[in-house]
Amino acid sequence: MSDTQPEIQPPDDELTLGDHRFHSRLVTGTGKYTSPEIAAAALAASGCEMVTVAVRRVDLSARGAGSLFAMLSEGGYTILPNTAGCYDAESAVRTARLAREMLSTDLVKVEVIGDEKTLYPDVPGTLEACATLVKEGFTVLPYITDDPVTCRRLEDLGCAAVMPLAAPIGSGLGVCNPYSIELIVQQSSVPVIVDAGVGTASDATAAMELGVDGLLMNTAIAGAPDPVRMARAMRAATEAGRDAYLAGRIPKKLYATASSPLEGVLGAGS
Amino acid sequence: MYAAGLMNVVVNGEAREVSARTVRELLEELGLGDRLVAVERNQEIVPRAAHGETALTEGDALEVVHFVGGGRGQGGSR
Repeated sequence: MSDTQPEIQPPDDELTLGDHRFHSRLVTGTGKYTSPEIAAAALAASGCEMVTVAVRRVDLSARGAGSLFAMLSEGGYTILPNTAGCYDAESAVRTARLAREMLSTDLVKVEVIGDEKTLYPDVPGTLEACATLVKEGFTVLPYITDDPVTCRRLEDLGCAAVMPLAAPIGSGLGVCNPYSIELIVQQSSVPVIVDAGVGTASDATAAMELGVDGLLMNTAIAGAPDPVRMARAMRAATEAGRDAYLAGRIPKKLYATASSPLEGVLGAGS
Repeated sequence: MYAAGLMNVVVNGEAREVSARTVRELLEELGLGDRLVAVERNQEIVPRAAHGETALTEGDALEVVHFVGGGRGQGGSR
């Protein structure tokens, strides 16, 4: 008999988006940090492998080196350009094309905003932009409302993932409608990434326990008084939620069930 | 062709007089020669490899973009 026992380890668990594979299920934004140093430290602490960036006109009156790009390149991050700030399909498509030209990437996070106050997506605009970009060969990751029917339409169009919101962008409310998110998880054969609304670590874990494949967040980390520590918390919370989902929770019961053996208790029987 | 003359173009929504004759010269004139940017000329993307040979014409509208920190929503914060 051999005394080398095989180590019991859960199998490797990767997130696949188009041709891109990731070990980390946490994707982070790069906005709202108070300094590039804090941003770099927080991204590192989050363990994320992909970060999202916005595309904007160069401010011709300001001088400054591309320190963000240098930092992201040094960190070896996959860059996910987004169309944040676009309010119609046409500008989202233009933004995606510019991003592809600039970064030589097929990845794009499509965001077509329909309302300034809630920053809810414009559903018809998002569908239109995604249809065009899928045809042009992009790996399309759309930010969308937590509506199962819309998510199915996006999947049918050929999106590489669907990214329903948990709550409005920057609200930190956590998963407002776990039922919808769960329905989307059940029906989808592409990865489901919760994009927006996570406020703290328990929100991240709760979302992952519903079975979503990943989380995208920015404000919850960048806006925390200690972003680096919150980034670390989010990393642990995302991993904990994923592991708990894969492990499977026990059923809830009304009454107690002892976890120690009942036999051999002192004074029991004769 | 008037080599020393200035041309009127619109860059990022702002009217400018430039001496550049190509997209590459324009980026150099704007101090962006070594920056990671993408350029649209009259709503058509100009691939980086074509910057040197893409001529500017009077009245061209150019967009020069880069990427900035941002997650979603308004984005654009540095």
